[in-house]
Amino acid sequence: MLSGYSRTNGEMGARNHVAIIPTAGCVNDFIRKIEQNVPGTVPILHHQGCAQLKPDLEQVTQILIGLGINPNVAAVLVVSLGCESIVPQDVVDGITSSGKPVALLSLQEEGGYTKALRKGIDVASRMCVEANAQERKSFSLEDLVLGIKCGASDTTSGLVANPVIGVVVDRVIDAGGTVIFGETTEIIGAEHILAKRAVNQRVAKRVYEVVERMEAKAKALGVDMRGSQPTGGNIRGGLTSIEEKSLGAIVKGGSRPLQGVLEYGERPTGKGLYFMDSPGMEIVYLTGPAAGGVQALLFSTGLGAPQGFPLYPVVKVCGNERTGNHLAEHIDVDVSPVLRGEETLEEAGNRLFTELVQVVSGKKTKAETLGFDSTVDIYTWGSFI
Amino acid sequence: MIVHKKDNVATALYDLVVGDRVTLMGPGKPGVITASQPIPFGHKIALIAIAKDEAIVKYGEVIGRATQRITPGIHVHIHNVESLRGRGDVPE
Repeated sequence: MLSGYSRTNGEMGARNHVAIIPTAGCVNDFIRKIEQNVPGTVPILHHQGCAQLKPDLEQVTQILIGLGINPNVAAVLVVSLGCESIVPQDVVDGITSSGKPVALLSLQEEGGYTKALRKGIDVASRMCVEANAQERKSFSLEDLVLGIKCGASDTTSGLVANPVIGVVVDRVIDAGGTVIFGETTEIIGAEHILAKRAVNQRVAKRVYEVVERMEAKAKALGVDMRGSQPTGGNIRGGLTSIEEKSLGAIVKGGSRPLQGVLEYGERPTGKGLYFMDSPGMEIVYLTGPAAGGVQALLFSTGLGAPQGFPLYPVVKVCGNERTGNHLAEHIDVDVSPVLRGEETLEEAGNRLFTELVQVVSGKKTKAETLGFDSTVDIYTWGSFI
Repeated sequence: MIVHKKDNVATALYDLVVGDRVTLMGPGKPGVITASQPIPFGHKIALIAIAKDEAIVKYGEVIGRATQRITPGIHVHIHNVESLRGRGDVPE
């Protein structure tokens, strides 16, 4: 059913990226130069890695390892500045454990931009040549780890786009696949519904715990979070409260039992539906499931969110007819016919499922085609100090 | 469109002007409602009278509380509904 790249650990890659991962944001300009000189490399331009408290340095290290291990990645060039708080060798060792080629380059050690660039181009080019020689093989839905998200939501998100995604999610899970969903803020007000579907009490308890933790964060500055969550855009689109937004959001998780609650960036230990603690903010959200092993993601949008993610294809699903027409170059699947009564939820679900299979197997999404997929960052507990 | 039979609001699937009498879509036999205020696409219209502090129900669940008296057919949104969650501005 699916066609993908086979990794040494048996996992399926929907893409075959040579990733360039900095261990500190300070070398981002440098890695962009490598990318410009070696087409086909994918830089991960996060801003973390230094002057952060220990728990965050640990978090960032684990996420960078997770990104390197992601099955869509063929090989990794880790680039260090040389003086950052994160230990680059830790990242290298972590990624090496997956069996894929990893190299390390330090800007300060090499002696600056010009010398380091020559070495970086050499290493990255060899990795690309090797990756380009690989061919896709056959895989099944059991090998799929699918991410889901809603962003720039309006009322149509909860009424049609998310339910359609829910149809596909159920289908993937019934076929033995894995689905990760998240955005803890966006289950506030609906967590009891999700907890009821937990496979056991421990998982149900974890749902409440992560919601409480996120809500405490939202209240920490002593303000009403409305306007931040739901956002101004959500509110203009008709969403009045976080409860309303959440009730519309959880529908994208389908109806199957919840196997577990993951920390941000954690890999699921089995198949089925998992919830990953994460904020709703696109740019840091998408990185969590990536470290968790997601190969593709279904993203419902009402008002039109254009961004993708560097390492996996993001399929944009929209139930708002106006957005589907006005921002057509950013929408992959328009499911507004369901709202007009021209199509059933199941029929739209089938259309979306077909698109998902094609995208995993190689078809480029609108975001990939436009190159709208370089913005990335990592969720942390504290601030920079 | 009404999502759940317990709901006391419906969502406008197109812009409504004052006086628009719309047929409702949803579970059971939903009937009709007349807009007594303009309701933009995607926004909510009250199906029945809702008292101040009473729950606003959508998806069969509480989505907030009325901050003023709400009459049938009016626009239901942030000006007359407050959320009960994420309220860092309210002491526990």
